Amino acid sequence: MGCKCGSIETANCHCGRIVGINGNMLTVEFYGTVRQNEVAYVVLGESRLKAEVIRIRGRYADLQILEEPKWLKVGGHVDFTGELLAVELGPGLLTQVFDGLQNPLPELAKQCGFFLKRGVYLDALPRDEKWKFTPVAKKGDTVKAGDTIGTVPEGIFTHRIMVPFSLKGRYSVERVATPGSYTVDEVIAELKDKKGSIVKVSMVQKWPVKVPLKCYSERLMPAETLLTKIRILDTFFPVAKGGTFCVPGPFGAGKTVLQQLISRNADVDVVVIAACGERAGEVVETLREFPKLIDPRTGKSLMERTVIICNTSSMPVAAREASVYTAVTLAEYYRQMGLHVLLLADSTSRWAQALREVSGRLEEIPGDEAYPAYLESVIAAFYERAATVKLHDGSVGSVTIGGTVSPAGGNFDEPVTQSTLKVVGAFHGLSRERSDARRYPAIHPLDSWSKYCSIVKPEDLQLAQKTLRDGNDVAQMMKVVGEEGTSIDDFIMYLKSEYLDTVYMQQNAFHAVDGTVSAERQSYTFDKMVKILGTKMVFDTKDAARIFFQSLTQKTKDWNYADMDSFEFKELEAQLDKMIGEVAARAKNLQ
Amino acid sequence: MRRIYNKIEQIVGNVITVIADEVAYGELAKITSPEGSSLAQVIRLEGDRVSLQVLAGTKGISTHAEIRFLGHSMKTPFSKSLIGRIFTGSGEPRDKGPAITENMIDIGGPSVNPVKRVIPRNMIQTGIPMIDVFNTLVESQKLPIFSIAGEPYNPLLARIALQAEVDIIILGGMGLKHDDYLFFRDVLEKNGAITRSILFIHTAADPTVECILVPDLCLAVAEQFALQGKRVLVLLTDMTNFADSIKEIANTMEQIPSNRGYPGDLYSQLASRYEKAVDFEGAGSITILAVTTMPGDDVTHPIPDNTGYITEGQFYLRNGRIEPFGSLSRLKQQVNDKTREDHRAIMDSMIQLYAMYKESIEKQSMGFRMSAWDNKLLKYGERFEREMMDLNVNIPLEQALNLGWQILADCFQPAETGITTKLTEKFWPTIASNSAS
Repeated sequence: MGCKCGSIETANCHCGRIVGINGNMLTVEFYGTVRQNEVAYVVLGESRLKAEVIRIRGRYADLQILEEPKWLKVGGHVDFTGELLAVELGPGLLTQVFDGLQNPLPELAKQCGFFLKRGVYLDALPRDEKWKFTPVAKKGDTVKAGDTIGTVPEGIFTHRIMVPFSLKGRYSVERVATPGSYTVDEVIAELKDKKGSIVKVSMVQKWPVKVPLKCYSERLMPAETLLTKIRILDTFFPVAKGGTFCVPGPFGAGKTVLQQLISRNADVDVVVIAACGERAGEVVETLREFPKLIDPRTGKSLMERTVIICNTSSMPVAAREASVYTAVTLAEYYRQMGLHVLLLADSTSRWAQALREVSGRLEEIPGDEAYPAYLESVIAAFYERAATVKLHDGSVGSVTIGGTVSPAGGNFDEPVTQSTLKVVGAFHGLSRERSDARRYPAIHPLDSWSKYCSIVKPEDLQLAQKTLRDGNDVAQMMKVVGEEGTSIDDFIMYLKSEYLDTVYMQQNAFHAVDGTVSAERQSYTFDKMVKILGTKMVFDTKDAARIFFQSLTQKTKDWNYADMDSFEFKELEAQLDKMIGEVAARAKNLQ
Repeated sequence: MRRIYNKIEQIVGNVITVIADEVAYGELAKITSPEGSSLAQVIRLEGDRVSLQVLAGTKGISTHAEIRFLGHSMKTPFSKSLIGRIFTGSGEPRDKGPAITENMIDIGGPSVNPVKRVIPRNMIQTGIPMIDVFNTLVESQKLPIFSIAGEPYNPLLARIALQAEVDIIILGGMGLKHDDYLFFRDVLEKNGAITRSILFIHTAADPTVECILVPDLCLAVAEQFALQGKRVLVLLTDMTNFADSIKEIANTMEQIPSNRGYPGDLYSQLASRYEKAVDFEGAGSITILAVTTMPGDDVTHPIPDNTGYITEGQFYLRNGRIEPFGSLSRLKQQVNDKTREDHRAIMDSMIQLYAMYKESIEKQSMGFRMSAWDNKLLKYGERFEREMMDLNVNIPLEQALNLGWQILADCFQPAETGITTKLTEKFWPTIASNSAS
């Protein structure tokens, strides 16, 4: 047994040697102490490859290697670090693009060119950049983990430099740096604990990704609606700040487009995008477009409020699992500053598949569709990291988590969708049927649900939902008895629901005006919808009814496409009112 | 260090196990037995037990065959002289030309840093309206053609190979019928396209394991050409055979299957190939079109299902036509706003109307009376199928859009199409076409 550290068979030894390689799973014989989930480095020539301990049996630890295992050999040396997989937190995270292990990809491209190179780990935060520090805490103050020591400006935000979250108990401030420019590594405060030992604090701290950050005084009920400017979401299936939602759907139903739209328009301070095991092209779109798009809330580019964690499908599978945790940890960090953060994970199924691959290699007893038995609890624990919290200083911050799910065969009766549905507050089920008919966003209006509060009046919403249900019933019936077997009143009900579907539930994401609809305009349009749905209509023939609704639909679409401040908007609205007025008057006369 | 061994411990399926030291994961070995020789790749290490998958299959391999570890992983030659040549799944010449051994490069290399990609921005015209108008093919896109046995997917690929505006075509055949191989070769030769093509062909008669290498060979070569600034189109047929070979190896290795016998990493395996499609910042691009035949015409089968989640859309080829429903080019939005202002409106509204036509057909077949609206739809649907959907239609985009307006105008009033007034006012044809009666 050749142990390089010289401390054979003692608890101090941090070495191991590879005894087996099966895909990205290594079996390593170790000599000293090993922690579950600690990070180890596998030495391969000049480079060191990151791996994580996932099982320990006797003298052997199973490690999943977070890189390509190619060219490793039995007998290869392994260094255990004793630390859990952690990320760096500090100013400079915003606008960055990281891989699942928090490697900054633009910097990596500078060093390694077109291709990713394994074993290259760069600092997540730039070490030479200086930040303008303004102290908040004073000498003699008593502080605890999460309290603000000072602030630095980071883009559009005031970034709080906080007492490291890992410190336990109370500390008194011995020294705080004077206002000025510092790099993230410079000591900006010294804290003294009860025993009198000094802790030096810099602007950067580490936090293990799989442990939720809990430096807050209480969790609050998610109450405020998170506006997305998408009608079907805000009006029918809203999401609350601090809540959770999931978007399952077969491929091609528009999950990713929907996520992208939300990431652009969501009414939050910071957006963390976790591209987990999906297409690289989609990340590129975000990457290249966001810097050019202006956030109407701040007037700055959208990128300034965005962090991208990108572990696309061709990148190492084990790092995929880490990437969602990296993302949620960064989200929690900004929440600690009293900000509202939205985390979008696309797709959680890929993450679950990564778990399945690992579980398979560990030869664990497979559950449904070979997913491991702990799938449900892992998913639940992840979504539970979403919260609205009241921080120690009284300010409120939130993390909202939205995950897409890619069920095999588009069938929602599969383990990942079902485990997710149990723990989320809103379900936006995408349907192949609707996307085939080009009804976008293809969120199914009857299957989806939300437990959060809508921006319109509940009774109006109920009327709209009833119309959709009744219309669907008529449509189902018509498939059996045909149009001629349907009464004209039922037929009108059907046309009304189709109308609501076409002009309100559907939205042209690529249109300059219709693409984003403010809450104000949504309420305004929705009131009009409610009025039209509530109007009693009488037609002589079904064809006459159809023709009326066709022109009503087109008029309303034109109206949707018109700028709300424009003359055209008012004119089209007047025309709509006139059409409805005439039909209503006719119905009255006939009575 | 000993690199030659003469004792095979175990032979199961196409995998052999040898006791050996100092072997690297992914290393290549040469197995020589009286039957001939073959390459093999290390796929598992357990202590000193080394498992290798034998590319040419294990048939006839003796327990005393010679195993020589080569100290490198799978490589392919790369040079301009590859162009116009035909190779097997292990990279040997299949035509009568000489073997090429210069400039060996690794296959299955690392993935591209996402920040070095650019947003796809160039349309690839094919002359097929169902592609150009409704689901535009875009440079650097990865698109499968979902089909079933018996459909003309190979002729479709060949036609795209001839008509697509790219620099180099790389065709990867997996489990191809020998006739199909000859068909591709002859079509490309007859039309002179062979001078810009490279073929890696694994036929159904060749050893299974070689099938797994075909996409990697194609894409490794494509990547090098793309880095030199070339626009490369990689055509793969049929990825189902590729996935089945992966299944075979996984089952031999006693991996726990996840769904219908396929290994849990099928998604990652497919993705690592498809994700090679790229538009490099400051260099060329790789576009991938791959045929996936759906076993039992079932799109929820693990192969098409996993593929659909990886690729940027899909074409459904059914009854000799590219189906408008389900077929999708996810990247079309990147380019179809720069073609003509009515492109998107025509695309959406023609498909919506066609969907309604399908409903009317259903009603008709159930014996319900047809309303005036139904009759309009019936007329429309019939013309749409004949003049737009037929794969023999070969017209450029502009002409196809005009044809779309003409069909709409012959069948409907402007308000019935759901197209905004602005566009109908500009594009609605005033003269009925001859074919309208």
